[in-house]
Amino acid sequence: MIYDLRSQFPILQRHVHGDKPLVYLDNAATTQKPKAVLDAIADFYVTSNANAHRGGHALGAEATALYESARGTIGRFLNAAPESVVFTHGATEALNLLATSIERTYGASLRGKSIVISEMEHHANIVPWQVLCERTGALLKVIRICDDGSLDMQHAQELIAHNCAVVSIAHMSNVLGTINDVETICTWAREHGAHSIVDGCQFVVHNQVSVDNIGCDAYVFGGHKVYGPFGIGVLYGRPEWLTVLEPYQAGGAMIDNVTFEKTTYAEPPLRFEAGTPNIEGAIGLGAAINWLSSIDRKTVADQETSVTEAMIDGLLQHDRVRVIGGDYARNGIISIVVDGIHANDLGTLMDEQGVAVRTGHHCAMPLMRRLGLQGTLRASVAAYNSIDDAHRFLDAFSRSCRMLG
Amino acid sequence: MTIIETIEQLAAKLAGLPDWEDRYTEIIAMGKGLPLYPEEFRSDQFKVKGCQSQVWLHPRNEAGVLHFDADSDALIVKGLVALLMNVYSGRTPAEIVASNDDIAKELSLEQHLSPNRANGLASMIKQIRLYALAYSLLKP
Ligand SMILES: Cc1ncc(COP(=O)(O)O)c(C=O)c1O
Repeated sequence: MIYDLRSQFPILQRHVHGDKPLVYLDNAATTQKPKAVLDAIADFYVTSNANAHRGGHALGAEATALYESARGTIGRFLNAAPESVVFTHGATEALNLLATSIERTYGASLRGKSIVISEMEHHANIVPWQVLCERTGALLKVIRICDDGSLDMQHAQELIAHNCAVVSIAHMSNVLGTINDVETICTWAREHGAHSIVDGCQFVVHNQVSVDNIGCDAYVFGGHKVYGPFGIGVLYGRPEWLTVLEPYQAGGAMIDNVTFEKTTYAEPPLRFEAGTPNIEGAIGLGAAINWLSSIDRKTVADQETSVTEAMIDGLLQHDRVRVIGGDYARNGIISIVVDGIHANDLGTLMDEQGVAVRTGHHCAMPLMRRLGLQGTLRASVAAYNSIDDAHRFLDAFSRSCRMLG
Repeated sequence: MTIIETIEQLAAKLAGLPDWEDRYTEIIAMGKGLPLYPEEFRSDQFKVKGCQSQVWLHPRNEAGVLHFDADSDALIVKGLVALLMNVYSGRTPAEIVASNDDIAKELSLEQHLSPNRANGLASMIKQIRLYALAYSLLKP
């Protein structure tokens, strides 16, 4: 069976730079949205718009039910209870929430302890921890990567074993496509009394996730990289941990009882959702997850792999091309450098031919420094990309290389 | 020729190349024609901030006329740098300070450039004008 999902994504019908049909291969930055998601958002405003968890009227009840039903959908997607799903504005906010709440909960006891991340993290999983370290006197420790783009697991084990308070690791690298053995990392964290956080931004769009199997204390991802809308993200928190963590922001909805003397907080997840939430975003994300669950994920993953492999095979025909992290299939993400050609030049010329790729450091400057690179050209594949897209990508690539000499 | 006349001439030249491939081939060729950048000035001090790729710009004041050494590690940007050199190198600081700074628009290049690149162009022009301003304030 081959899925032709393209027709479900209205934007993929459009042309750019005049008459060039769009080949969208910047999916690791954000995916396009299927009609099911666009309709769910429009339907909400057309039929049920009201604030959630507020009014006692019909629309209020509908909006609340839709919002909470999205939470349930995401819980099932992660194999977790709905109470463990907190809506945030994005993956970045989810990580900031964790860093802030951890600081408020554990405060001074973090002094001298370590926060462990890795060399391949996105800035969103680096900077919040640096801030936490500056404020508490905790120490940021960084797991090295090997030349093949994998984590140095021995180094990981050493760092987690020594006075580690929190380990926060990408499930899958947004630059290299490497999938990390987070199950083992979370096991080590548990053994040494550290909290484990997994950044699932790039992983969830390609693979099934079970937070139970991973054994993490928290798992985060953003909606817009899984066919959902912008401005919505998910923080899964192990229920026992969420009840211990101090709130992040304060305001309406996160309270139990407010007096000027003493306010008590609501139970999680609402404790972490101060203010009116992004209701359309949650509903849109719920629709995206339902859409994703309606297609056979194994079939889609296989399709993505064959498109990725066709692209890598074609790229390796050029002897100046180096696939960063090794030549094997890269889980839908391919980062390359071309000898003597600047990635930005390639990106510009490929864009002129309708092929959207990303060039630069991909919000992972420390990784670029580790690899000794200024930046890469990254192509990333999603469910709607076809072998035809792979061929158009390769044609545009070859033509651009010829022009750049 | 004045700055504006030079800009108009370059715009006409690019407009005469309706195909994107020809236009970029021309820009790339202009970049390749830039004189070699003196290695002693390839330092952070002469790097232009706000460009996606690395751009270096080194000013020389020769008898009241500004000349620039310039370079980029990306070919297309280097071509744009060459374009700017055509416009601004060999002018007096006062002339540059008095000129309008929307060359990117004048060249109607923006529609052929990704926004970030256009930003890079704006950063380069800003840097050229800052050097010109600084030199125009120096007592002769
Ligand atoms: C691995 C990873 N973590 C975190 C983020 C941050 O996501 P957002 O900017 O949507 O909050 C991204 C997005 O680029 C990512 O790829």
